[in-house]
Amino acid sequence: MNKIAAKAGSGATQAGRPARLSLADWMPKIVMAPTAVAAIVCIYGYMIWTAVLSFTNSRMLPTYKFVGFDQYERLFMNDRWMVALSNLGVFGGLFILICLFLGVMLAIFLDQKIRAEGAIRTIYLYPMAISFIVTGTAWKWLLNPTNGIEKMMIEFGFEDFRFNWLSDPDMVVYCLVIAAVWQASGFVMALFLAGLRGVDGEMIKAAQLDGASTFTTYRRIILPSLKPVFFSALVILSHIAIKSFDLVAALTNGGPGYSSDLPANFMYAHAFTRSQIGLGAASAMVMLGCVLAILIPYLYSELRGERHE
Amino acid sequence: MSNVAKRQTSGLDKVLRVALYVCLLGMATVYLAPFIVMLLTSLKDVEEIRSGTLLSLPSSLDFSAWSKAWNGACTGSQCEGMAPYFFNSFKIVIPAVAISTLLGALNGYVISHWKFKGSDLFFAALLVGCFIPFQVILLPMARTLGWLGIANTTTGLVMVHVVYGVAFTTLFFRNFYQSIPVELVKAARLDGAGFFTIFYRIILPVSTPIIVVTVIWQFTQIWNDFLFGVAFSGFDTQPVTVALNNLVNTSFGGKEYNVDMAAAIIAALPTLLVYVLAGKYFVRGLTAGAVKG
Repeated sequence: MNKIAAKAGSGATQAGRPARLSLADWMPKIVMAPTAVAAIVCIYGYMIWTAVLSFTNSRMLPTYKFVGFDQYERLFMNDRWMVALSNLGVFGGLFILICLFLGVMLAIFLDQKIRAEGAIRTIYLYPMAISFIVTGTAWKWLLNPTNGIEKMMIEFGFEDFRFNWLSDPDMVVYCLVIAAVWQASGFVMALFLAGLRGVDGEMIKAAQLDGASTFTTYRRIILPSLKPVFFSALVILSHIAIKSFDLVAALTNGGPGYSSDLPANFMYAHAFTRSQIGLGAASAMVMLGCVLAILIPYLYSELRGERHE
Repeated sequence: MSNVAKRQTSGLDKVLRVALYVCLLGMATVYLAPFIVMLLTSLKDVEEIRSGTLLSLPSSLDFSAWSKAWNGACTGSQCEGMAPYFFNSFKIVIPAVAISTLLGALNGYVISHWKFKGSDLFFAALLVGCFIPFQVILLPMARTLGWLGIANTTTGLVMVHVVYGVAFTTLFFRNFYQSIPVELVKAARLDGAGFFTIFYRIILPVSTPIIVVTVIWQFTQIWNDFLFGVAFSGFDTQPVTVALNNLVNTSFGGKEYNVDMAAAIIAALPTLLVYVLAGKYFVRGLTAGAVKG
């Protein structure tokens, strides 16, 4: 990629005769200016602004009375925030693991010359096209403690079947996992299926001539070569998990109590409805920290990878 | 095509093959089930929902829940159903998609064919915009919209969606335009063609696939957005996702799950339709944007 970049760069200096600066030379910059201004102000400027707010004691309106790390201290003393953080750990961890497992499994199964593969693939992926609000609404009904899956299983003859996770503070976070996995696992499948189709066929043939079974071929040769896909999926899934807001809003609204809150919901509640702007800003900064902790190593390895090409 | 070479079929292989199909179809049923339950529930009346189970069939096709969800159900204090918000979403989505796609195309064109000092840095900086958790920008954006006098308006929402969507659209177009040979653009420049002439005559005619991918991606993202909608919309500019959430959480009297489900399907219909009609492009957007993003 960098090679192409270098070529294009030299092309620009050749074509644009250095002596004459015409409007055409300025055009690229003029065209990109609005986006550049928007990005600098609305991404980086706002990030700094939020950081500043997190060091103030702003409540209903932003004030600029600085209180140092007080808001962060309050944040980590706040039981609701700690519940939200630990929920993110449980939800994010399970969501990522199950999605990866299901995604890889379904992709490998679909890669076996399956009849009607297109139709099956379409079915696995359609939840990704709908809003988390719709997903939450649907699963709220499916997981309804009295009328949902529980009642269905009782009618089927399992008299003692109980499934009331949605109203159980200890189990409600798993409801979020179920709904989120339903929505996103097909996407992971699509990523891996695309990856599988790109694996070098010669390598696989060689392995099979050596007498490796299908299982061994996948485990030893194909899956290890899909490492980049694996990392992409990991980054995207953790990103979805950290940003999860709508699903909680629609499925549990944080309840019972605040047992199913996630950091994004905590932030919104404090910044917009509970008049705790300082605290909300601090929680947003912690979320940003989480994303950067995942993103920076990933981007670093990606860029290093490109340089090696 | 599968990479695994075909082997001699033995008895065991046949059994495995059947198991494979059973597993795949079983999973397909699991993925389909929530939608089927939604559809069945939306066609039952309240009494049937109470007496039956999730999968019990409605005794007759009753569309009253649908018409109530469309123009009668209460979403908060208003009771006009989903219809006004459904159109609100279109009023937000259409300009936002058009503007962000156009900007993305121009940016991508500059970054891949009119590089200048700092354009790569700009691209890298923009990429970060794809990944930040939007909670970080909510508070300042709310203030800014207030100052600009466009808080709670459709214009404000369009602006927000454009600002935070343009990172993705630029990424899509840049990745696509990288594959257009630089010699082509260089030759046109030596012939004296200007910035927009080259864009219009050379770049745009080959851009159809990436435009389709980008439009579908942006349409889905913005239609499905809830965070910006709930934070920045007013009572009469709410998008359909916010209205759906209000409808489901408004409980005057008994809970009407049939209306909830009908409303949920209405909210999902446009993006589902796009997915069914142009699934190939949808998947391409997901994987292309994701893998290289």
